[in-house]
Amino acid sequence: MSAITIDKAGPTRKVKYGSMSRDRAWALRWSYFFLVLFAIFSLTPPLYMLITSLKSSAEISAATNPWWVYHPTLENYIGLLTSNQFLRFFWNSAWVSIFVVTITMLISVPAAFALARMKFWGSATLATGVFLTYLIPDTLLFIPLFKMFALVGDWTGIQLINRWYVLLFIYPTLTVPFCTWIMIGYFASIPKELDEAAIIDGASWFQTLTRIFIPVALPGLIAATIFAFTVSWAQFLYPLVFTTSTDQLVLPVGIITTLIKGDVFNWGQIMTGALLGAAPPLIIYAFLMDYYIAGLTAGATKG
Amino acid sequence: MVDVAFQQNRVQATKAVRKRNGLHKALKRKSTVAFLMTLPLILLIAVLVVYPAFYSLHLATLNKSMTKFVGLGNFEFLFKRDTFWLVVKQSCIFAISAVIFKALIGFIVAHFVHNVPANKQRRWRGMLLVPWVIPPAMSTLAWLWLFDPSYSAFNYTLSFFGIGPIPWTGDANWARFSVILVNVWYGAPFFMIMYLAALKSVPEQLYEAAAIDGANWWQRIWYVTLPMMRNIIAITTLFSLIVTFANFDIVRILTAGGPLDHTHIFATWAFRVGIEGSDIPLGASVSLFMVPILAVAAIFILRDISKRGNEA
Repeated sequence: MSAITIDKAGPTRKVKYGSMSRDRAWALRWSYFFLVLFAIFSLTPPLYMLITSLKSSAEISAATNPWWVYHPTLENYIGLLTSNQFLRFFWNSAWVSIFVVTITMLISVPAAFALARMKFWGSATLATGVFLTYLIPDTLLFIPLFKMFALVGDWTGIQLINRWYVLLFIYPTLTVPFCTWIMIGYFASIPKELDEAAIIDGASWFQTLTRIFIPVALPGLIAATIFAFTVSWAQFLYPLVFTTSTDQLVLPVGIITTLIKGDVFNWGQIMTGALLGAAPPLIIYAFLMDYYIAGLTAGATKG
Repeated sequence: MVDVAFQQNRVQATKAVRKRNGLHKALKRKSTVAFLMTLPLILLIAVLVVYPAFYSLHLATLNKSMTKFVGLGNFEFLFKRDTFWLVVKQSCIFAISAVIFKALIGFIVAHFVHNVPANKQRRWRGMLLVPWVIPPAMSTLAWLWLFDPSYSAFNYTLSFFGIGPIPWTGDANWARFSVILVNVWYGAPFFMIMYLAALKSVPEQLYEAAAIDGANWWQRIWYVTLPMMRNIIAITTLFSLIVTFANFDIVRILTAGGPLDHTHIFATWAFRVGIEGSDIPLGASVSLFMVPILAVAAIFILRDISKRGNEA
């Protein structure tokens, strides 16, 4: 388990001059050509969201050139951002994500520390188990989980189904295993001398974690936080199964169930909603791309 | 899996050993602290992952109203239905072709990005990773709108070339194609970023040696790049196979299984049967069919990881 470094500069490839330079120049031109093609392929849906979100319903139904906005308007944005229902979805999503990130970090950071540093009976098995849990998809667990929470509601009278906070119990099953796993990697890459020095100085295990491991592994912590946030923001299946009342929905499910009314598709608003729903992860990505990528590659390339 | 026997520490936990005389007690204390630190994780996994997984096995043996034990009755029922076999076929087509295309596109694009001068790579990588960042439920809505039967922007563009109109989500085969296309669009950036990381770790000297030996670009890829990247390719592909096989969002939003169940995969059909059709045992039985392929992929991934663990 080696250190995962944040690579800002990229590799340094020496440009060679001489007989190979002409080949290289052509290879470069072709590379750019195909990269432009792939970039168009990648960016078409988000750009089309933006284009449609700036159109009025009249312009959309007039079926003019779909790739161009003739009369840009912000009416869709104003409509959604002043709608209490949409704001409710947004806040539900925001609260769920913030709580889930907090819960995830509180569970996975100490656990990763213990698994990486404090070898105890079964710790290796547990670490492998954590990784296996990460491989169990949500689509396998949603039916038994739904039934479980329904039964808990029947037995104890605490109704959790159709409350947004039921998601706080369920999302950690998606975020905690992965975050623990990458934090184990980051923690294991910290030199043993550091915590030995701390222990000799009389620090408790808890102090070793908070004073040394967390500050040193901060890049990993940020990567794990970003991961937990994106997963809980984007999750679609669990809220679809567990919440139905419109005041309990989170953003992705809310947009899909309320803006699509029967056969009437208000595409201007749907695209605006989708864009606003995609905005938080995109903004985080724009500012913290290196951490995002470090977290992404740490999961599988760790080793 | 998570059968960690931790009871042995419970006794010590109660009387936190204060005196640090002797190595033995200190060790005990350390394991107690470690156990307490991992306790929330163990509880979470045991209660909300392992238990539901086995509960799902139990559910699959009940009748629709969940009052009677029917053994393998649900499975017998499934095997007799044509829709089930359609779903099996479609899940395999969907997962395998999507993963192959994702891997291929990711591999090609990673090479192109790697070719570009280092100072420009960041920008391209940033742009190409956008599909992976947008929540799939949101981006699939954009695709749904691009595929709209009457206002499709693709059909509008294709009409200038005299093609179409293409029934993107209306015809069974086109709908399958569309679902796979969206999945490839969403997943290829992940492969790209993984392969790019792997490409950067291949020493430049190997390529120089190959060039001196007169290898052409194809031989360089086949004899240098691919062997060096073998591990990453294997693990990324297996991982993506699991995720793709268990995919829900894209199919659900794009076609909801239609037309006539011709794009249903295990997850969406389990949802249709179990939650919408409120036949929870049958839904649980359907989703259990994802387990074999997940198990096989997991075993391979695990073998790879433990192998690397031994090397470290």
